[in-house]
Amino acid sequence: MDWLLLWESMPLLLKGAGMTLKLTALAGTFGIILGTFIGIGRIWGNKLLSILLTAYIEILRGTPLYVQLMIVAFGIPQITGINYSEFPAAILTIGVNSSAYVAEIVRAGIQSIDKGQMEAARSLGMSRSMAFRVVILPQAFKRVIPPLVNETISLVKESSLVATISLVELMRTAALISSRTYKPFTAYIGAGLVYLVITLTLSQIAGLLERRLAARD
Amino acid sequence: MIKITGLEKQFGHLKVLKGIDLHVKPGEVVCVIGPSGSGKSTLLRCINRLEEPTKGMIVIDGHPVPPGGIALDQVRTEMGMVFQRFNLFPHMTALQNVAVGPLKVRKMAQADAEKLALQLLEKVGLAEKANAYPNHLSGGQQQRVAIARALAMQPRVMLFDEPTSALDPELVGEVLEVMKQLAQEGMTMVVVTHEMGFAREVGSRVLFMDEGRVIEEGPPAEFFANPREERTRSFLRKVL
Repeated sequence: MDWLLLWESMPLLLKGAGMTLKLTALAGTFGIILGTFIGIGRIWGNKLLSILLTAYIEILRGTPLYVQLMIVAFGIPQITGINYSEFPAAILTIGVNSSAYVAEIVRAGIQSIDKGQMEAARSLGMSRSMAFRVVILPQAFKRVIPPLVNETISLVKESSLVATISLVELMRTAALISSRTYKPFTAYIGAGLVYLVITLTLSQIAGLLERRLAARD
Repeated sequence: MIKITGLEKQFGHLKVLKGIDLHVKPGEVVCVIGPSGSGKSTLLRCINRLEEPTKGMIVIDGHPVPPGGIALDQVRTEMGMVFQRFNLFPHMTALQNVAVGPLKVRKMAQADAEKLALQLLEKVGLAEKANAYPNHLSGGQQQRVAIARALAMQPRVMLFDEPTSALDPELVGEVLEVMKQLAQEGMTMVVVTHEMGFAREVGSRVLFMDEGRVIEEGPPAEFFANPREERTRSFLRKVL
């Protein structure tokens, strides 16, 4: 372990971490918005829509993110002749991949609300969509926050895969340091430490949120 | 007021209601009793179409209950429903639970809806719990809030689905007291219940159901003193 190198690499690693965070934030937001619609659509929509969305979810969850990334970053540009840079390719791939997991979280959250809640709301004369908005969603929201934070934490880690499409984020930075210094142990320990700091911070926030949401009921 | 003819309900192969005829007059308190699985709750839930009837007609004030859409929502505002498990909205205070119907469905102004809600909470004896969340209330208190919530829509009929069955025995009385008060004010009520004392004292008519049919009905005094059917007699022997 080269402590001096570890220390000197920190500015570069942190810069890479900035890119990792930017990727996670953008792809995560995209995934949460898209996934929420897909999750609701799966419960709400007609049979055909529900089948299509189920297929979407199963395909994305049933294939590795790495494979998806390769298809988007290299496969599609080659067959269509459309070129785009790595950054939007990464956001799109990670975001879409995450939307499948988010959709399942949202669906489970909504379906975990007792059936009697919908019945009580309907018995007051609320339409299905009003009952959903006023009664079901606010309760489901609380239940999906903790799993959504977990999903975001795993996005931070999975975003390291985009190092393979030459996007210089945290993992790629470590790889560059390693090949320049021939000290992979120090370089990757450094990256690991930075990832750990990010994920631990996020789980702290998750815990705090969970306690505050639980305080009321 | 409510006229049910030839009502049948089937869940898959299971026939839960096998042709029910029932006529509820304004101001009447009809108590429906019978063993578990006799179809009492299903009958009640068919009236406001929380369950879709398989066959038969339900007419409210001369108008058939519409199968769905805005027309059904409209009819439901006229029928308050109280559930066995209260089904209060846990993310709202007692006051918000009662006010939400007038506020969202009737589009009443916030201040008016809250004023109405407070009056109703007072009526069920819970004005001081207005700002409490349901999980800080006892079962009996929750059920009284649920009654206030149903009343907030100013319904013309109240449907009670075993309102005291999920309560600890010492909490049953406070809920029955509120229901009795409602009956005395002339509210039309259909009450599915296991409380024979309530049926006897407050009911204008008692209906005994078994295996999806009405076996016997009559004024409580007569019904409890001289049940005609053997099945009614054997049921009453077990519960009284």
